[in-house]
Amino acid sequence: MIRTLFKSSRQYTKGAIITICLSALEVVFEIVIPTAMSWLIDYGINAGDTAMVWRYGGMLILFAAMQLITGMLAARLAARSSAGFASNLRMDMYQNIQTFSFSNIDKFSTGSIVTRLTTDVTNVQMAYQMMTRMVIRSPLMLIFSMTAAFRIDSGISMIFLVCLPILAVGLICIIRKVMPLFQQVFHTYDELNNVVQENVQAIRVVKTFDQQEHEIQKFGGVSERIYRLFSKAERIMTLNMPLMQSCMYLCMLLISWIGAKAIIQSGNDPALGLTTGSLTALITYAIQTLSSLMMLSMVFAMMTIAGSSAERIVEVLREKTDIADPADPVKEVKNGDVRFEHVDLVYNRSAGKKVLSDINLEIRSGQTLGIIGGTGSSKSSLVQLIPRLYDVTGGRVLIGGVDVRDYDIEALRNSVAMVLQKNELFSGTIAENLRWGNEHATDEEVREAARLACADEFVEQFPEGYDTYIEEGGTNVSGGQKQRLCIARALLKKPKVLILDDSTSAVDTKTDAIIQHSFRTYIPDTTKIIISQRISSVQNADKIILMEDGHIAAEGTHEELLKTCPVYGEIFRQQQKGGAEDEQ
Amino acid sequence: MSSKHFVSTKPVRKLNLKVLKRILSYMGAYRARLIFVVICILVSAIASAGSAMFVEILIDDYISPMLLQDSPVFTGLIKALCIMAIVYVVGVLAGYLYNRLMVTIAQSTLKRIRDEMFSRMQYLPVRYFDTHTHGEIMSLYTNDTDTLRQLIAQSLGQMISSISTMIAVFCCMVYLSLWLTLIVLLSVVVILLVVKAVTGRTAFFFVRQQQAIGALNGYIEEMVNGQKVVKVFCHEDKNLEGFAKRNEEWRLASTSANGRANSMMPMMNGLGYATYVLIAILGSYMAIAGVPNLGFSGTETITVGVIASFLTLSRNFVNPISQMANQFNSIIMALAGAERIFNFMDELPETDKGYVTLVNAREENGALTEAEERTGTWAWKHPHKDGTVTYTKLEGRVVMDHVDFSYTKGKEVLHDITLYAEPGQKVAFVGATGAGKTTITNLINRFYDIDDGKIRYDGININKIKKQDLRRSLGVVLQDVYLFTGTVMENIRYGKPDATDEECIAAARLANADSFIRMLPEGYNTMLKGGGAGLSQGQRQLLSIARAAVSDPPVMILDEATSSIDTHTEALVQEGMDRLMKGRTTFVIAHRLSTVQNSDVIMVLDHGRIIERGSHEELIAKKGTYYQLYTGAFELE
Repeated sequence: MIRTLFKSSRQYTKGAIITICLSALEVVFEIVIPTAMSWLIDYGINAGDTAMVWRYGGMLILFAAMQLITGMLAARLAARSSAGFASNLRMDMYQNIQTFSFSNIDKFSTGSIVTRLTTDVTNVQMAYQMMTRMVIRSPLMLIFSMTAAFRIDSGISMIFLVCLPILAVGLICIIRKVMPLFQQVFHTYDELNNVVQENVQAIRVVKTFDQQEHEIQKFGGVSERIYRLFSKAERIMTLNMPLMQSCMYLCMLLISWIGAKAIIQSGNDPALGLTTGSLTALITYAIQTLSSLMMLSMVFAMMTIAGSSAERIVEVLREKTDIADPADPVKEVKNGDVRFEHVDLVYNRSAGKKVLSDINLEIRSGQTLGIIGGTGSSKSSLVQLIPRLYDVTGGRVLIGGVDVRDYDIEALRNSVAMVLQKNELFSGTIAENLRWGNEHATDEEVREAARLACADEFVEQFPEGYDTYIEEGGTNVSGGQKQRLCIARALLKKPKVLILDDSTSAVDTKTDAIIQHSFRTYIPDTTKIIISQRISSVQNADKIILMEDGHIAAEGTHEELLKTCPVYGEIFRQQQKGGAEDEQ
Repeated sequence: MSSKHFVSTKPVRKLNLKVLKRILSYMGAYRARLIFVVICILVSAIASAGSAMFVEILIDDYISPMLLQDSPVFTGLIKALCIMAIVYVVGVLAGYLYNRLMVTIAQSTLKRIRDEMFSRMQYLPVRYFDTHTHGEIMSLYTNDTDTLRQLIAQSLGQMISSISTMIAVFCCMVYLSLWLTLIVLLSVVVILLVVKAVTGRTAFFFVRQQQAIGALNGYIEEMVNGQKVVKVFCHEDKNLEGFAKRNEEWRLASTSANGRANSMMPMMNGLGYATYVLIAILGSYMAIAGVPNLGFSGTETITVGVIASFLTLSRNFVNPISQMANQFNSIIMALAGAERIFNFMDELPETDKGYVTLVNAREENGALTEAEERTGTWAWKHPHKDGTVTYTKLEGRVVMDHVDFSYTKGKEVLHDITLYAEPGQKVAFVGATGAGKTTITNLINRFYDIDDGKIRYDGININKIKKQDLRRSLGVVLQDVYLFTGTVMENIRYGKPDATDEECIAAARLANADSFIRMLPEGYNTMLKGGGAGLSQGQRQLLSIARAAVSDPPVMILDEATSSIDTHTEALVQEGMDRLMKGRTTFVIAHRLSTVQNSDVIMVLDHGRIIERGSHEELIAKKGTYYQLYTGAFELE
C-alpha cells in the first residue's frame, strides 16, 4: 500500500529526502548544544575563565544558528514536498478516475470519490509532512540523547533504561485503547452529518409534517453519542500527560539524588567524575529522551488515523479500468450501421443475473430505431454498449461493420453521441456547455445545433443569450430546457450514431415532434436510436423494439406492432387515453 | 476562463474578540469547574517552574555547601528531594485534573453549540434553505464545528496554560535575577519581531489555502457528478486540465501556508538557544566579574546555580510563547468558523403569530365542542380578545383573495391571484416553468408569506392560524421525494407519529405501495439508506403518497413528478394519487393530462397571473390558451 502511495511522490521525493537529512542534522545540533552548554558551565563559569566562556559561547551560538537554519529549511521543504506529494497524489487519482469505465464509476459513489480526493488526501498530506520531519527526528533524538547521557555518566543513565520501557508500554496501551474509540467517533460523525444532510434537503417535508421536535430529538441522540464517545476517548488520552510527567519527574529526582552523591564524591572536578555542569546536561537529556518518545507515539497515532485514509486512496489508485483501447485500434468509424449479434450482458459477474440475453438487432446507417419498455427492461444497458460504456459479456456489437472493441475508444465515442438519461450541464455559459460537443464549433454551428434541438427559442429569450451562465447542476434552467440543451450538445458532435436515452421526457410532445422532424431532415445519414416512454416519440421510427426483462419481446414498425403485439397496443391505448397524442 | 484565478486575496481577519466572548459564554455553565481548571493550570505551571528552580536550589544550597564539608550529611538533600517529589505529584495531579475537566467542558460545550445549531435550523424559514446551498449549510456542521472543537478542546486550554506558565516562570526569573530577566525579555521581543517578519502572513495563506481547497472541492464535486457525461463526450483531457489548474493553485497556497507555519517552531527553538547562550555568556561574565546581582533572592554575585536555573527558565519562558504563536493560526481560523456558526444561529427564525389552533371536536346538534381524544372531526379553536372562544369546523375551504407575492422585493412573481376551493374540490394548476404554480402552493402552507391580499382557510385568515397546526392540516406530496434513513414503516409513520402499524399498512394499501413493500427483503422493516437510494423513482413516489395518506389531511397539495416512470408503475401512482385525493380539497400541480381533465377547476397560469380558469370542458370550449396547450401539446412543466 505504502509503495503505491509513494509512487506519487515523484519530483518531490528529493525534497522529502533532504528534509529527512536536514531534520537529522537539526537533531545533531540540538544534541550538541546541551553538551557544549555543560562545558561552558564547567570550564568557563566554574573555572572563572572568561576566554573559555567566549569560546564555548561562540560555539554555542554557531550551533544554535545552524540548528535554526537546518530547522527552517527542513520545515519549508517538508511543506513543499508534502503539498507536492498531495497534489501529485490527487492528480494520479483523478487521472485514474478519468480512465474509469461506467462500471468502475458505479462502484464508487460520487460522495465517496469526493471525500477520497479531498479529506483523505489532506490527512495523508499531514501525516506525510509530520513523518518527513519526525520520523527521523524522534528516534535520532532518542538515541543521541541517550548516548550523550551515557557518555556523561553511564551509571546514572541506567535510570533511563528503567523509565523508558514503562513510558513506552504505557503510551502503547493508551493508543491501543483509544484508536478504536476514535474510529467509532468518526463513524458517529458520519451519522450526524447524514441526519443534517437529510434535514437540509427535506426541510419542506419536516415542516409539512411538523416533525421539527422529532428531528431535533433524533439529532440530539446522535449528538449525545458523539459527546459520550469523544469524551471517553479524550479522557483516556489525558492519561498521556501524567504518565509522561511522572516518568520525567521520577527521572529528575533520581538523577538529582544519585548525581548529587556522585558530584560530592568527585569534588566537582570534571577529571574525577560528575560535575554540576554535567548534572544540568543530564537532566536536559532526560527531558529530551522522554519527550522524543512521546513525539514518536504521536507520530504513530497520526499514522494510524491516516492509515485508513491511505487505504481509501489506494483503492482508487489501484482500481483498473475494465475497458481499454485494443492493441491495434481502428481509428475511423466508417458509417452508422449498428449490429448486435447474440449479445449477452452481465454487470456483476458474481451475481450472474443476465441484464441482456441474446440480443440480435440490425439498424442501417441513417435509420431510426425506437426502443420502448418498462423500468428495468434494460433499455439503457442495451444502448450503452454502442459507445462501449460497458463491454458485452457474450456476442458482439458492430458499428460500421467493426466490433466496437476494435476501435480506438476516443474515435468511437466521437462518432457515437449519446444523451444520457441522467444528464448534466456544467457551470459555464450555454455556449461553453454546447461546445463540449465540439470545441472548435463556430458561433453559427452552435446556434444551428440549438435550433435543431429546439433550444434556440428559449436561449435567445435569455437576456444574455448564449452567454447565459448555467449554474452548477443546471439548476437555473427547467428540466425540458436542460434536455434540449443536452441534445444540442450531442448534435454538435456531428455523430454517425445519435442515441437519446429518454431525453425528451420533460419536453412537450409538440416540441418533441419538431425535434424528431429536424433529425429526419437535417441529419439523414445519422443513425438515430431513441429510447422513450412515450410512443409518440418513436412511432415514426423505421423500426421499434419492445424490451422486456433483458430481451427483445417484439420488433417492427408502429403499424406492425399495433397488429402483432398486444402489450404494445395496450401501452399505446393507455397513452392515447391520456390524450398526449392528438397532434398531427 | 483561461487565466481565471479561483482564489481571491481577501485580507486576514483580525482576532475577533466578540466571537471569542460568545464562545466563552457557552462555557459559562461550567463556571465553577472552569475556575477550578484555572487553579489547576496555575498549580501545574508553578510546579513545572519549580522544577526548573529545583536545579538551582540543589546545586547552590545542597551540593556546593556539601562539597566544602568533610563528611557530607545527606539528610537535608533527602528532605529537599522529598519536598520536590510532593511538588511534582501535586503538579502532575493538577495537570491531569485540568485536562480531564477540560475534556468534559469542551465536549459538552460543543454538544450545546451543535444541538442549538440544529434546533435553530429546524425553525428557520424555508427561504433560508432556498437561498443557501446545501454544501454551505453542511460545512457549518463539518468544517466549522471541527475547527471550533480544536479551539475549545486544545487551543484555549493551551493558551491559559501557556500564559500561566509564562507568569510563573517570569516570577521565578525576577526572583533569581533582574538583570538576566531583562535580557530574556529583550530577547523575546527580538524573537517575536523576527518571527513576525518571517511568518507574519501565515494566517493569510491559511485562509487562501482554505479557499483553494474549496474551489477544488467544488470542481471535483461537479465533475465527478457528471463523470458519465465526461466519458460520453471524451472530455477527460479537458477535465484533467481544469483539475490540474485548481490543484496547482491549491499546492502553491498549501506550500506557503504550511511552510510558514512549520518554520515557526524551529525558529523559536533556534532563537531560544541563542537566548540561552546569551544568558550563559552574560551570566558567567557577571559571575566572574563579580557584578552584584539584583533580585529578590538577594544582591550577592550570581552563582553557577542561578545561571543553570536561568537557562532552564529561559527555555520555559520561550516555549509557551512559541506554542501560542503556533496556535494563533488555528485560533484565527476557528474564530472565522465560529463567526459563521453564530451568524447561522442568529438568522431570524420563522415567525408565528398564529393563535388559532387545531383541536379534536365533537359535533352535537350542530354545535361543536372540544374533545380530548381523537374523534375524526377537527375544528379550529379561535380565541377572541374578549375571552370567548369559537370553534369552526375544519372543512378545507381555501380562498385566495387578490394575492400578490415576490421572493425578492420588487420582483413580483404572483399578481392578483384570486381563487376559491370548496371542500372536496380539485384545483389543478397548469402552466410553463416559472409561471408560479409551485409558488402558490408554497403560500398556502406559509413556507413564504404573501405581500398583499388574503388567504383564508375555512374563513380564517391563515396568518392567524398557528403554523404547525396549519401545516398539520395540509398534506403535501412533493415532486422530489425525500425519504429518511430508517425503516419503511418509520418513513410512512412520519406523517403521523402516533399511527399504529395497522394504520400505516392501511395507508400503504391506499397508496398502492403495499404490494411492492411486501416484496422488499424485510417488508415494512426494510432499512432505507441514503434517502431510499435502493428504491425506484416510482416506488419512492408510492411511499410518499402513503406517508401523506397516513396523516389523513383535509387538504392536499400534490406536485406531480415529471420524471418518467414506466407505464405500469405510473398507473399505480396515478391510482394511489386518485384515492388520496378523494374527498379532500386538492391543489395539484399537474403534469399529466388525465389529472388535469379530472379536476373541478383548472387554473392556467402565465407569468404569475391566472389567465384562464374553469372546468376542462369550459376551457376547451373557450378555445384559449388551455385549448392550445391541450391540442398543441403540453409543456406541463
